[in-house]
Amino acid sequence: MADTPAKPLINLTVNGRAITAPPGTLLIEACKQAHIEVPSFCYYPNLSLQAACRMCLVEIEKMPKLQTACTVVVSEGMVVRSETEQVHRARKSAVEFILTNHPLDCPVCDAGGECELQDMTFKYGAEKSRFVEPKRHRDEQQWSPLIYFDRPRCILCYRCVRACGEGMDVWALGVANRGVNSTIIPNHEDHLECEECGNCVDICPVGALTAGPYRYKTRPWEMTHVGAVCTYCGDGCKTTLGVRNDTILRADNRDKSGINGDFLCVKGRYGVDFTQHPERLKQPLARGVGGSAELKPVSWSYALGTIAKRWLEIQKAGGSFGVVGSTRSLNEEAYTLQKFARRVLGTNNIDHHRSADYPALFDALGGREGQPVPLAPAEALKAGGPVLLIGGNPTDEHPLLAWNLRWGYRLNKTRLYILNRDDIKLRRQAYRYAKVGDEAAAVRFLNGTGAASASLTGVGEASEKRWPQTPPSTVETVNESLQEFRARLRQEKDVIIVFGSEISGDAIRELVAFGSGLEGTTRYIAMSDNANSHGAADMGLYPDLLPGYTPLSERSKFEALWGGPIPAEPGMDWNQMRAALQQQNLCTLYVSGANPFRNTPVAPESLKQTFLVVQDLFLTETAQCADVVLPALSGYEKAGTLTNTCGEVQVQKRGGGFEGAKSDLEILYLLADAMGAEWGAASPDRVLQEIRTAVKGYGVSLAKLLSGESVMTAPLNGRVPHRTAPELLLPNRDTLFTAGTLGRYSVVLNSVMERHLKKEAAAE
Amino acid sequence: MSSYTPHPLEVRVVSRRFDQPKARTLAGYLESDGFKALDKALALTPDAIIDEVKKSGLRGRGGAGFPTGLKWSFVPKQSAREKYVLCNADESEPGTCKDRLILEYDPFAIIEGMLIAGLAIGARRGYIYIRGEYRYLIDIMEAALKEARDAGYVGTNIRGKGFDFDIHAHTGAGAYECGEESALMESLEGKRGIPRLKPPFPAVAGFMGGPTVINNVETLASVPPIIINGGDWFAAFGPPKNGGTRLFCLSGHVNNQGVFELPLGFPLRRLIDDLGGGMRHGAKLKALVPGGSSTPLLPADIAWDLALDYDSVAKTGSFLGSGGVVVVDENTCMVKFALRIMQFYRHESCGWCVPCREGTNWLQLSLTRFHNGGGRDGDIETLREVSENILGRTFCALGDAAAMPTLSILKHWRQEFEDHLNGKPCPFGAKTSVAVSAH
Amino acid sequence: MTPFSQSLEQKFQELMARYPARRSALVPMLIYGQDELGYLPPAAIARIAELLDESEMAVREVIGYYSMLRLQPAGTYHVQVCTNISCLLRGGDELMEHCQHRLGIGNRETTKDGVFSLEEVECIGACSWAPAVQVNYDFHQELTPERLDQILDAYQQRAGAGERAGERA
Ligand SMILES: Cc1cc2nc3c(=O)[nH]c(=O)nc-3n(C[C@H](O)[C@H](O)[C@H](O)COP(=O)(O)O)c2cc1C
Ligand code: SF4
Ligand code: FES
Repeated sequence: MADTPAKPLINLTVNGRAITAPPGTLLIEACKQAHIEVPSFCYYPNLSLQAACRMCLVEIEKMPKLQTACTVVVSEGMVVRSETEQVHRARKSAVEFILTNHPLDCPVCDAGGECELQDMTFKYGAEKSRFVEPKRHRDEQQWSPLIYFDRPRCILCYRCVRACGEGMDVWALGVANRGVNSTIIPNHEDHLECEECGNCVDICPVGALTAGPYRYKTRPWEMTHVGAVCTYCGDGCKTTLGVRNDTILRADNRDKSGINGDFLCVKGRYGVDFTQHPERLKQPLARGVGGSAELKPVSWSYALGTIAKRWLEIQKAGGSFGVVGSTRSLNEEAYTLQKFARRVLGTNNIDHHRSADYPALFDALGGREGQPVPLAPAEALKAGGPVLLIGGNPTDEHPLLAWNLRWGYRLNKTRLYILNRDDIKLRRQAYRYAKVGDEAAAVRFLNGTGAASASLTGVGEASEKRWPQTPPSTVETVNESLQEFRARLRQEKDVIIVFGSEISGDAIRELVAFGSGLEGTTRYIAMSDNANSHGAADMGLYPDLLPGYTPLSERSKFEALWGGPIPAEPGMDWNQMRAALQQQNLCTLYVSGANPFRNTPVAPESLKQTFLVVQDLFLTETAQCADVVLPALSGYEKAGTLTNTCGEVQVQKRGGGFEGAKSDLEILYLLADAMGAEWGAASPDRVLQEIRTAVKGYGVSLAKLLSGESVMTAPLNGRVPHRTAPELLLPNRDTLFTAGTLGRYSVVLNSVMERHLKKEAAAE
Repeated sequence: MSSYTPHPLEVRVVSRRFDQPKARTLAGYLESDGFKALDKALALTPDAIIDEVKKSGLRGRGGAGFPTGLKWSFVPKQSAREKYVLCNADESEPGTCKDRLILEYDPFAIIEGMLIAGLAIGARRGYIYIRGEYRYLIDIMEAALKEARDAGYVGTNIRGKGFDFDIHAHTGAGAYECGEESALMESLEGKRGIPRLKPPFPAVAGFMGGPTVINNVETLASVPPIIINGGDWFAAFGPPKNGGTRLFCLSGHVNNQGVFELPLGFPLRRLIDDLGGGMRHGAKLKALVPGGSSTPLLPADIAWDLALDYDSVAKTGSFLGSGGVVVVDENTCMVKFALRIMQFYRHESCGWCVPCREGTNWLQLSLTRFHNGGGRDGDIETLREVSENILGRTFCALGDAAAMPTLSILKHWRQEFEDHLNGKPCPFGAKTSVAVSAH
Repeated sequence: MTPFSQSLEQKFQELMARYPARRSALVPMLIYGQDELGYLPPAAIARIAELLDESEMAVREVIGYYSMLRLQPAGTYHVQVCTNISCLLRGGDELMEHCQHRLGIGNRETTKDGVFSLEEVECIGACSWAPAVQVNYDFHQELTPERLDQILDAYQQRAGAGERAGERA
């Protein structure tokens, strides 16, 4: 696209002012860019045009009737008037018509204070309604555990229908009846069966669609609104937290400033209630208090003292340490944790829950100094360039990436190539879709080092009908052989390759070799599970890699920085630590914000010899086995930075707080202090400063970060010699309604999931 | 099922076979010049066909009166997508019942007209969208299509000339809005009959996104005689730019209701007196609906001197519309008349856009209350302003169709509204209670 | 599972083949399906959705739009009285009132025996033969209350003669 010459701008006049806009711009957008307000209800950027509400009518010279600014495309010399007497009358009457059946009870409406109709009525409406006929009352309906519909409030702008259909590709909302009896309906007579994303609620300009978890709890002006990053999956959506008395009451994307634009999934929007879960840990717990074998509440100083004492003893005795870090903790915390392990505990036995093989990727991409960054930001998937998606299931595991892929398909004709063993939903947007037995083998085939063996040639059926409501104006789908799949792909330029955990180690090298052979700049997105999976990897939670994938052989730089030696030999990875545990060979294990025993349980007897310290929000499977448990703050309750699955860093802001718990960073500093290291007071800012100078690729602009932008990182460091351990990749395989351990503590997510499970059971 | 007796004053072009039962079979149709026009058209270039239709001055008989030849010429010659010819047999405009006669008495003429349209624009498929209530006509049409297909007049390699064109009849299911061309296409795609944004116009992107010509039944049935006799011959029937004859559906307070084919420009006075047998019970004319319920009503003084062609009626501020001439006598309550019209538009509004959906509802509720004796001061002004707020601001023409007759009634018969105000009984003794339709 | 007869299923197949995309057959399928079953029960909606590979909601959206389609059964003889302008001027309202008296039911109601249902309808395209009534698909035109009585009598007799409920003329 870089080589399409910029088309000359269109010149037009609005209210006597000369303005310009790129060709193809809708008049309403051209006006908006020139700060000329044209009111609208049904128009919504990037959704199909409706021209239904008639709020945006304007005068255009040479046109006999008023025209809808939301559908007219600017043309050279167009003369527009948006503030004439005639236009004002039309607006006023549009508001009057909309209000004929709309209840006039803003004070009791859940949307009061953030209702577009309320605003427009103040701005453009009549003081008094002339409509004296009876209104059509209907009782409010609950459509799902989360979604409520109040029919008389609905102004039939069809935004919800489009957001659900065009945006989400779910098509769970429709319009029934005709004329004045028209109404929005859910897909199953009296209830919704959908992804519960809540985009319909957010996009509803009035109080017709409301969200169960939030409705009638408070008023918008009673909350402070904090732009935070979602702590669930690796996509890094911005979410606006509504906070009252340090409690998070809702999350939505009303400010739309993040990398996710209009989008949030069910977890990001409704999963925040885990922060208020009754089982949240409020105090440290320890075993052995008063001789009890049970975990009992203790004070922070007792807990920290106990831990430090044991660790110093073990150190003195030359005992072994193991550390497991978190994929949800902030970058500053992950960085500090590995520094703590290496410098304070003196061990390289550190790992984290891996779900993408970033070392292999950076190894394969290594040695490309001076070339464009080979990682693609999430946004790039919208742009319309070709995309190869291998493995994974973005719809469930990476809802934002899926949203962006659909966007690119719908608005910019993305040609999406899919290789997958399952019939993933995104095949509805696929240009070529090959169902393969094994994605890694398929990658070898692409790279010409493996045959298209029988298990590969099974070409899946891309869905014939992809846009049930709007004709497919974009790309056509054809089913053909893998050979043709590859042939077409080879003709593409500037491809973005998105891949799941099926591709690791050598397969990544093969993939990059294939990608490097394609024309233009090939960019990559490795899909990893959690909010800071990518950051944890970048920050060096590896037994053989320092921050920025720095091999231990180059540790002197960090030794200088941290003022002391770092063990030279690679430490144990999680599997090795687990084996050591089982052989009762690990003296102590420190688990910070992870739940390794969930996926890889360890027999309680084998833990007898191990002093286990766990810091977490809840008494997880791992925490239940601990000797000391430290209550931690959640991702929404602290400040720092996070790196999403694509490698984009964003600032996390503190939304709420939680009495009794501490941030991982603060705990580490307290522990360091108790261990006799003189680290001083914890300061995320100082750690970030250190990361920016010490971690390759993280020399990001602070100004950009602080203004809320996401900044791409590229920790390219030449080759990355490391120990490949594909068996360590343990993806959660999350669904839309699960999120590792964390999601289990969202009452809302569970209620939704239960309902879905019940339905599935009933269907069988 | 409809009764038809030709009147000696009629000029029978489209209706020339209406009293020939034989013409409803293929054999009979062939005997009465059937498919002669097709054979002639097969020897012409598409441009020559379009030129002939342009010369004829034929304007759309569905309501809008758009020049047919011009419409056909908008279809791009080359198109990546398939092109289509659609016949609009949704006939739902109150006061209109003419297409029904063509479908019943001369179904092959419609087929022939569509074939010629297909030749002219390079289409290979056509559909006849027939309103669902006309079930018997769908059966007639399907039988005719089968006969034509079996005899090689529809299908592949028609008349051995390498021309492929298939036609199917399609049933609607009760929706006036589906007569609007783009809503019709939505309906024909199996969707709700919601009109489409224009542009693009059907000639560029219509049914299934392909370039599409859509014409009324009568328009298409006028094409074969034009091709046989020449455009000039057809044009000569009417005044300039108002070529040909058309079917006028006379109803209301006349002695003889009926559908009559007359040259354009025919005086209304003669339609009522000579063909309609004069006003019923010798009553005086009060109001005239010149072209279906969507057209503004004309008071008697203007109506009596009216010439029935597009341009003359347009000069009075109304429209020739669909040919539905409804005669309203002096004993009719115009409030009730306005209410009944609004009841129709409220029922038929597709509900897509705000002014039409809410405006028709508002007007119907207010007119009901008003007619039932609950009129209040200010109501008349509000009725007028609400109508004006619909006019010109809706997504499709249905809003205008609802507003225009209402405004004309409020203008010409305002006194009747004044007389109804403040609980006064209807001076016409019309039933004072009108139930609000629940649907 | 289909609630439709084999011959109708056959017809559906033919209908779907008539169009560039089979969804075009939706409205005809609904109306022919209703003709056979008397209305559109959930099983009919499910079957048509299945045949067209559309969601049931998509089918419901369409049903709700068209005034001839119904989710509840009507009488064996569905009496549709036009009261639109041409009929209004010729006594359509009186015919409607007459039907209500004679059948003892109101607009959109069905007689207890299920023989008749009544509906005030919009213009049925019989303006020049007003006033008109449609019973199922049959037109009856230029009516007077007396003529309408004879017509209803005839239908009543047909019903008595054992014409199945739900069977359309
Ligand atoms: C609300 C509405 C209803 C219409 N109904 C019909 C109709 O029933 N039959 C018809 O032929 N045209 C109808 N039309 C006009 C069509 O949109 C279109 O102009 C016509 O089919 C074009 O054919 P013609 O050029 O041959 O008249 C209607 C238009 C509107 C706005
Ligand atoms: S529910 Fe809200 S978003 Fe949906 S159509 Fe109604 S007003 Fe618009
Ligand atoms: S914003 Fe243009 S009509 Fe609604």
